[in-house]
Amino acid sequence: MTAHKSFKIIVILALGFALLPLNIFAGESKEGETPGEEEFNATEMIMHHIGDAHGWHFFGEGENSITLPLPVILYTENGLVTFMSSEFHHDTEGHHVVEKDGMRFVNLHEDIYRLNAGAETVEFDEEHHPLNASKPWDLSITKNVAAMFLTVILMILFFWIGLARHHKKHEHAPKGFNNVLETLVLFVRDEIAIPQLGEKKYMKFMPFLLTVFFFIWITNLMGLLPGAANVTGNIAVTVSLGLFTLVLIFVNGNKHFWKHTFWMPGIPTWVKPILAIVEGAGLFIKPIALMIRLFANITAGHIIILSLIGLIFILEHAGVAGISVPFALFITVLELLVAFLQAFIFTILSALFIGMAVEEHEHH
Amino acid sequence: MELITPEFGLFFWQTIVFLVLLFIMAKFAWKPILNSVRNREQSINDALASAENARKEMQNLKADNDQLLKEARAERDAILKEARELKEKTIADASEEAKAKADKIVADAKRSIELEKQSAMAELKNQVAELSVEIAEKVVRKELSSKEEQHQMIEKMLGEAKLN
Repeated sequence: MTAHKSFKIIVILALGFALLPLNIFAGESKEGETPGEEEFNATEMIMHHIGDAHGWHFFGEGENSITLPLPVILYTENGLVTFMSSEFHHDTEGHHVVEKDGMRFVNLHEDIYRLNAGAETVEFDEEHHPLNASKPWDLSITKNVAAMFLTVILMILFFWIGLARHHKKHEHAPKGFNNVLETLVLFVRDEIAIPQLGEKKYMKFMPFLLTVFFFIWITNLMGLLPGAANVTGNIAVTVSLGLFTLVLIFVNGNKHFWKHTFWMPGIPTWVKPILAIVEGAGLFIKPIALMIRLFANITAGHIIILSLIGLIFILEHAGVAGISVPFALFITVLELLVAFLQAFIFTILSALFIGMAVEEHEHH
Repeated sequence: MELITPEFGLFFWQTIVFLVLLFIMAKFAWKPILNSVRNREQSINDALASAENARKEMQNLKADNDQLLKEARAERDAILKEARELKEKTIADASEEAKAKADKIVADAKRSIELEKQSAMAELKNQVAELSVEIAEKVVRKELSSKEEQHQMIEKMLGEAKLN
């Protein structure tokens, strides 16, 4: 009975996920009907949705859109400059110039440019690159950073305020949601950390593995919500996560590991340098594979859903929705699985690579 | 913002956020959670082990009890047996003693009867003797009233005496 009920809930939730983005695009498509209409550009729409932005756009278009303004933080030669993204007035074409501390800034496709001294407007070359502007260091709290903060808040709520507080007060096993969380924590410990790292050493890496697992999973799930950011599908995020694994391998690799990487015993001497190059490259390729796998999987899922929805506007017929929406629903449900799977794969491979670096060999 | 070019700003924030998150979680969430889970697992294992111990102890106790019961039963049997033997011996002793006493009484009675009989016989003999002497006296007086007869008598007696 309960299985049936939970299945129903999943279907309803998935329907919601699939249909809500539709509403957002529906709002966008209205623009196409207005005079001076633009051709619907699917690539641009998809890139806009999977890319980062300086404001958190929910729905609506142009000046009427509902967007959560986020702080823009720029590091220029003249120091830090901060203002809210709303000062661009939803402009991403470089038309609206914001003046701050004697410098002029424009938002050009979500890249912030600083106009050269004296310039009033942006001038473009044939390939639409700005001629009289340069990019400052952009440390803005973008949509992705804000979404990241949200994940952090959720994790603190779940694990610190929720589960850890229960454990401080009570001896017995938690009930309800805390029990689910504890089961997941134990899953990471028993299925990921202990098999890959061994009973003796796993405790040292548990904080990293747990943090990375839940960060990726929660962020993946949040990314499936309508209007949410595509954080784990952004290469900058996965590069950072992969680098953590790389650093842990480098810091914790033992003598045995380095010897086997750069001077493999038990093979002819002339092969050793060749193998050292291969193994040395492998050291970096492993985390790079982690970065690309997570980025590509999450982004691909988003692109498929957006493309299916985009079909409606490309073919300009509402009937297409009859096919697109069920497909998008199916992919969304699949993405729920992928969200977990990618978090699991990233964590278990990180544990595996670290495990290889710290493994003890007594008899060789 | 290009798809596959990492943005520095996002990379910077991701690194900072992740480091802070890692620190906060490690200190305030993972450490207490993992410790408490480990303690609980430890206490469950301990409880199981002590239950197993208790079970063994119970078994030992039961075995001890059985042993004690067995011993007690054996002792009871021994006591009963002893009592029975004692009883039989007492009875046997008593009957023997009684028999001896009875025998003695009978023997005494027999002896006294014998004595009485002898004394009675002796008296009887005396009376018979006196009676015989009296009778003989009377007979002799009567028979020996003449001289001839007296002589005859003496003669006869002498003759008899010689024969003897």
